[in-house]
Amino acid sequence: MKTLPFVAICVIVALLAFFGLRAVQNGYLFVAGYVVLQFVVLATAWNILGGYCGYVNFGSAAFFALGAYTSVFFYKLNLVPLPVPALILVGGVVCGIVGLGMGYLTLRLRGAFFAIATLAMAVVLQTLVVNWDFVGGSRGAYILHPENLEFGGFSLPYNQYLFLLMLALAVLALSIARAIERSQLGFGFATIRDDELAAEASGVPTLRLKLIATTLSGALMGMAGAPFPYYIGYLQPASAFGLEYGVNSIAMPMIGGTTNWIGPLVGALLLGTVQEYARVTISSSINLLIVGLLLVVFVIIAPKGLVGLVQDHLRARRKP
Amino acid sequence: MTALLHVDKISKRFGGFVALDSVELEVQPGERLGLIGPNGSGKSTLVNCICGTLQNEQGQVHFDGAPMDGLAAHQRTHRGLARSFQLPRPFVSLTLADNIRVPMLYTVHKRTGPLHADNVSARCIELLSLVGLDHKAHHMPRDLTQVEMRKLELARAVAAEPKLLIADESMAGLSHSEIEDILKLLKTLNERGITIILIEHIMSAVMSFSQRLVVLVTGKKIADGKPEDVVRNPEVVRAYLGQ
Amino acid sequence: MDFPFELFINAVVAGILLGGFYAAVTAGVSISFGMLDIVNIAHPGFIILGSYIAYLLSASFGLDPILVSLLMLPVFYALGCAVYEVYHQSFEKRGQDALRGLAFFFGLLFVTEVALILAFGVDYRYVEAAYIGPSRQLAGIDFPLRMVVPCVTALILFGVLHLFVTRTFTGRAIMAVSQDQQALQLMAANPTRIKRIAFGISIATASVAGALLIIIQPIEPSVGREYIGRVFAICVLGGLGSLPGSLVAAMLLGIMESLTATFYGPSWAPAVSFGFLLLTLAFRPSGLFGR
Repeated sequence: MKTLPFVAICVIVALLAFFGLRAVQNGYLFVAGYVVLQFVVLATAWNILGGYCGYVNFGSAAFFALGAYTSVFFYKLNLVPLPVPALILVGGVVCGIVGLGMGYLTLRLRGAFFAIATLAMAVVLQTLVVNWDFVGGSRGAYILHPENLEFGGFSLPYNQYLFLLMLALAVLALSIARAIERSQLGFGFATIRDDELAAEASGVPTLRLKLIATTLSGALMGMAGAPFPYYIGYLQPASAFGLEYGVNSIAMPMIGGTTNWIGPLVGALLLGTVQEYARVTISSSINLLIVGLLLVVFVIIAPKGLVGLVQDHLRARRKP
Repeated sequence: MTALLHVDKISKRFGGFVALDSVELEVQPGERLGLIGPNGSGKSTLVNCICGTLQNEQGQVHFDGAPMDGLAAHQRTHRGLARSFQLPRPFVSLTLADNIRVPMLYTVHKRTGPLHADNVSARCIELLSLVGLDHKAHHMPRDLTQVEMRKLELARAVAAEPKLLIADESMAGLSHSEIEDILKLLKTLNERGITIILIEHIMSAVMSFSQRLVVLVTGKKIADGKPEDVVRNPEVVRAYLGQ
Repeated sequence: MDFPFELFINAVVAGILLGGFYAAVTAGVSISFGMLDIVNIAHPGFIILGSYIAYLLSASFGLDPILVSLLMLPVFYALGCAVYEVYHQSFEKRGQDALRGLAFFFGLLFVTEVALILAFGVDYRYVEAAYIGPSRQLAGIDFPLRMVVPCVTALILFGVLHLFVTRTFTGRAIMAVSQDQQALQLMAANPTRIKRIAFGISIATASVAGALLIIIQPIEPSVGREYIGRVFAICVLGGLGSLPGSLVAAMLLGIMESLTATFYGPSWAPAVSFGFLLLTLAFRPSGLFGR
């Protein structure tokens, strides 16, 4: 299926989901759904660099937080009140540039060094933000928003508006991931993942492709983070740079499957729902423990993730 | 006639270990050069420095009249320098046909413009049949034997349509007839105009194939000339018998 | 302007003492990452585990934390061997170390931290010992004993490791396995067994490092994360696999952090090590003493 029909189907599914939730009339579902969709974007974005190229980014939280703090920055600047979609775009651009810069500094290194460098970058960024009083520093920042979004005579509760935006971002991320997979770019990514030296020897411009991956991945994560301050209303570095973003960005694609676009989606939907359930019923620490244990277990016994398990099962059944 | 490849006194060390010591080498267009030497003599390091996988510390590499300093490996491949790896490095998540497709898309395409998809697929099968692997075109590398992986390695290097092909120990472990097949393939490629550097331990193959023989021992070139002269060179004899 | 000389000297000394401690923390990673090429980013998690065990046993039985850590050495060694076996069977053998190995250790680190949160909560814990609190003065410079004792212990640990690696057969085999596995096999030593021993030792050092940590500062589960960057920064700066190099790099880092904390405030300190790491990786990945 070509990209355009795919996007159309996604949009239809998304709208169905949205109006379906509205019909149920449970505000909590929009709030929880926002979190799950956010993870869909983060997991898919991570997977472009991690699953397709094989470069592990431990600093996903940094890009997410950077997107969030870009929004805070413009909110505090208050030159022109920017609507959230515009902030998403700006967050994407800023994080894309940072991703490019980080890639340029570190992508010449072996995979392991790159992973450590991403961790370092996340901490450096966090320290910078904590010490930057304009965006609130460690005290945090309050973001106020109207209760409803008014447009053309319609009134939409703000949390539904944010949900809709995140839904759009999820469709965007999935479409991009799928399009890459089927393109020559994705082909090049796979060679980098399989054997970078051989890829170079075959004429693949590995550095350039890796930079594309880091830029794209960073931009998408930043876009996921941009509406976050509006979602929670009060942003602190600890919550923006929170551990759950870093570990989930990795756990969800690894558990769902890293070689195609469905894996992160499956991982995010599954894990996101499980975690939300655990957080509400048991405690927020337990849900993180579950994620961590699942990650370790899956990485050992099911390296290709859930999608991989299903694919292998189908392939085995097809053989006589 | 200007040399196609001019290795100008290159040196390379790893910490305290000198892998290459002021190695100088010239390869003429259309030549069949054999490169031999005991294990650890620096042959693979030499190849890596020529192809850009490693950076030499001193000296220069000139290819096709242009200096290769600072050029990444993929750029050198674009200019017509291809190599096969001593230990095969296939793309494990791609089929054999797709393995061959990579250099076609990223190197040949660069030179001659976008190729039609059908032409590319046909060419991939053609190259695979050259090494007798076309029946496994849609298999994965993990289904191959060691020997078949070497053949894939060679086919992939050829797919980049190089001016100079460096075949790094492609014949290890092959049967006599398989060695003959590879030699025939390399000779055919050479007749089509591809310059070839053959790195091998199988002396019969090297002797029958090479127009000129270079010997590398502990990072230094100790002989360079006609095969029958080189093998009678006392230093060469000592290097091999002394092992 | 009056150059605050006394402040400067005190900061440098504190940095050196801190650096000694950092060296102990890094020793394990120097072995696992520098020599075995295993990116064990869970190492700080094991250290914090060591800290909490030292805290528990010290609080329950009144034992000295360093003594506790020495008693726990065999336990941590066994733990290290077990972790290595899992890693080896699941990833190294299949040749998939890169992505999945990293994710594995990341998951371990995470699980350790959350498990500790569940067991102990997020309040700061500390130990009591005779040398925590008092300070000695020498030539007008402050030498807080809670820094001196860990530093001295760390240097002893380092010395023992260095002797082990250079003088014993197993130790030299470990050095060898990092450079040439084939040669090692020809010497009739089993590389996997050697690597398992090395990794076990690496985790055993975490036991001691953990005890030293809780002597130097109060701990809570997320403290481990701050050390990931420091540990790898020191490893890379010192040149992978070089124990003496790590020691020097650790001192340098300790001094830099101490000066930053003294003159710019402690909230900037984490950025120092990580910033250093980034710069080193970007411009001189082989470290100051690189091969």
